[in-house]
Amino acid sequence: MAHNTLKAAADAGEISFHVIEDDHHGDHGHASDGGTMLGFWIYLMSDCLIFACLFATHAVLGRNYAAGPSPADLFDLRLILVSTFMLLFSSITYGFAMLEMAKNRLPQTLAWLGVTFLFGAAFLGLELYEFSHMFHEGATPQRSAFLSSFFTLVGTHGLHVTIGLLWMIVLAVQVWQRGLIPENRRRLMCLSMFWHFLDVIWIGVFSFVYLMGVLP
Amino acid sequence: MDLTTLIFGRLTLESFPFHEPILVATFLVVLLGGGALVGAITYYKLWGYLWREWFTSIDHKKIGIMYIVLAIVMLLRGFADALMMRLQQAMASGGGEGYLNSHHYDQIFTAHGVIMIFFVAMPLVTGLINLIVPLQIGARDVAFPFLNNFSFWMTTAGAILVMISLFVGEFAQTGWLAYPPLSGVDYSPGVGVDYYIWALQVAGVGTLLSGINLVVTIVKMRAPGMTLMKMPVFVWTALCTNILIVAIFPVLTATLALLSLDRYVGTNFFTNDLGGNPMMYVNLIWIWGHPEVYVLVLPAFGIFSEVVSTFSGKRLFGYTSMVYATLVITILSYIVWLHHFFTMGAGASVNSFFGITTMIISIPTGAKLFNWLFTMYRGRIRFEVPMLWTIGFMITFVIGGMTGVLLAVPPADFVLHNSLFLIAHFHNVIIGGVVFGMFAGIVYWFPKAFGFKLDPFWGKVSFWGWFIGFYLAFMPLYALGLMGVTRRLSQFEDTSLHWYFIVAAIGSLFILGGILAFVMQLYVSFRDREKLRDTTGDPWNGRTLEWSTSSPPPDYNFAFTPVVHELDAWWDMKSRGYKRPLSGFKPIHMPKNTGTGVILAGLSIVLAFALIWHIWWLAVVSFVATLGVSIWHTFDYNRDYYIPADTVTEAESARTKLLAGQVV
Repeated sequence: MAHNTLKAAADAGEISFHVIEDDHHGDHGHASDGGTMLGFWIYLMSDCLIFACLFATHAVLGRNYAAGPSPADLFDLRLILVSTFMLLFSSITYGFAMLEMAKNRLPQTLAWLGVTFLFGAAFLGLELYEFSHMFHEGATPQRSAFLSSFFTLVGTHGLHVTIGLLWMIVLAVQVWQRGLIPENRRRLMCLSMFWHFLDVIWIGVFSFVYLMGVLP
Repeated sequence: MDLTTLIFGRLTLESFPFHEPILVATFLVVLLGGGALVGAITYYKLWGYLWREWFTSIDHKKIGIMYIVLAIVMLLRGFADALMMRLQQAMASGGGEGYLNSHHYDQIFTAHGVIMIFFVAMPLVTGLINLIVPLQIGARDVAFPFLNNFSFWMTTAGAILVMISLFVGEFAQTGWLAYPPLSGVDYSPGVGVDYYIWALQVAGVGTLLSGINLVVTIVKMRAPGMTLMKMPVFVWTALCTNILIVAIFPVLTATLALLSLDRYVGTNFFTNDLGGNPMMYVNLIWIWGHPEVYVLVLPAFGIFSEVVSTFSGKRLFGYTSMVYATLVITILSYIVWLHHFFTMGAGASVNSFFGITTMIISIPTGAKLFNWLFTMYRGRIRFEVPMLWTIGFMITFVIGGMTGVLLAVPPADFVLHNSLFLIAHFHNVIIGGVVFGMFAGIVYWFPKAFGFKLDPFWGKVSFWGWFIGFYLAFMPLYALGLMGVTRRLSQFEDTSLHWYFIVAAIGSLFILGGILAFVMQLYVSFRDREKLRDTTGDPWNGRTLEWSTSSPPPDYNFAFTPVVHELDAWWDMKSRGYKRPLSGFKPIHMPKNTGTGVILAGLSIVLAFALIWHIWWLAVVSFVATLGVSIWHTFDYNRDYYIPADTVTEAESARTKLLAGQVV
């Protein structure tokens, strides 16, 4: 048989078939932090697909007003611009928090997280104000397919921001308790990706739902 | 709102189906069987063992086995539904009314489809991938061991919700994809569709997370030297399957979320008034649904590839073309969804596009078949049970594939769609492809998981039961479909169809025989386990890394991480005279068990139940509890430990003795 000759050839034995691990590097077979980052990135892409479905739904149903109010009747673009900037600023300040983390400065990291939280909360407050205003005008999700998809798409984004804010509180407590240990750095990095991701989604919402919505 | 509604929501005494004698009898049987099981576990004091060693385990091998156990239990339920349908149609096509009323019959065909896809085929696929892929890539666990345990319990939670619907309330009567407007609140005001939605949402969380987990595992944790083109084909198909899972399950989540908004909030996504569009749902659900078919069948292709090359004693013919065929199928599976509803009225151009893409899929699939055939060609074929399943698959799947190409022709589909021809087609590919593949995989890897082989006699009985039963049960359905009989019928006017349904019912009895023989096979093999014991770790003269470690593998899988030089790494090691290291073992870093997955899944069941029955206070409480437990879990930073070097040395020396005994 062919493999018998191969066997003879390998008798010199210079080929190694297993890794010689030293005591402090027994972690082979476990993904290092790179595994978490990749995993979280893939999760974000799957979340992105949920938004893709909601955008697609909005593209199909977004003009079905059913004789009800249309975007031009409802949207106050100046308010939306303000809330957009709240979210964009929050991304910048999160970036500052990450820079402080890289310099290993705990109080500054927490302070910038606090600022980010306030911007995020302001965005959410403005969104809730906008929703309640629309409700008062009778523009509820039940009124038309356009409003169903509008509230679902924008509301799903708002829900994500809420989860992000909750996460930020929990993580701030953990960072405060244990400092900038590797686990917490990894978690801060994940929240960072999540937070910027929500920003990117919002750019899409702002352009496609609001700006293009008010076009005739 | 009165007090009982406030406390119990929609749940009343009338919700329990006392008036259905079949369900009462089933309930009694389940009660007796379940009671006996719980009693036995308590009597033998196994709860602590089960909790510590299995339920809270984050060992990928144990989680894989638990997935497969779940699938086999649910197979019995799903197959009971199938038998009931065959019996009803055999009776009703003879001129009678049968024994099932339409309300019950409609629930049965819905539950059959949902259970077989989500709670039999999916757990089998995920279970085998979990069990085998880390071993094949030379890793010690998956990338996120806790998530793995959590995913399993969420899948189980979904299955439990479907089972609860049998005895509390009802299940959906809409067919397995719950098209609106039928599944909307106007036409399905009961709890059936809500059970459907929440069971799938809860299980979907598990499926998505396990998909992410396994993609990262395969991308990041391969042994040194195992480049992408040195991965075993099963790992390739697992990678493609899990990429598909990550890419499609969010679509299912979103679609079902929109349907539940329509039902709970009164939005107008899929309604017929105020601008809603039911065809949106049909498009979205099939954007998930078609790739889902490939999620199930790709790992089966991977299993057949492993089995064929092992039992032909040759390396797989056309490995590279196999990998590319898998990738092409993965990509094409996204752009065929509209062939499920050519009759929507999208027009000739759209239908032609989707018809042609569908036909193109048969090209890479055909390439795979030729690869398997050429692997067998001039091989020293051993007709063990996994090989029987594989040959049965090759014959059956080709027929199913050809009827699929037939259905892909839009004008033909206009005649055949929604008929029993379609039912016969997809059972032909799912039974002939997925089920045969999973059985081949179970028989092939059983010795790896448990340390003894399965009894071949009962395995052969099981195979022939399924094989003959499949043809008897579904060939008449092709004929009936061509004659124009539509699916999901419980009553018939034309008694000339009677004998076709009789033959189909006999076929289902053969399949019953196949399933019982499989159970018998498990029992006989367990009884004779000493005779069937595998001390080598390599009972089939295998080619890939899972056979290089002991059967069952130790917790840490490999005392030393293997280094890969060739495709078929273990074959390469054997042929170059590899010597197992006997000393120098180091402590091994492993993750700790945790009960959080069980707790979160349990809370999810409560939450889903509360939402289904509109018990709002309970929904709020269980939601807050779920959130609380999740956050509490993140405060636990102490999640891993070291297996001491002494323990590793002990386990490895025991193996050395076993292997030495083998020679004598």
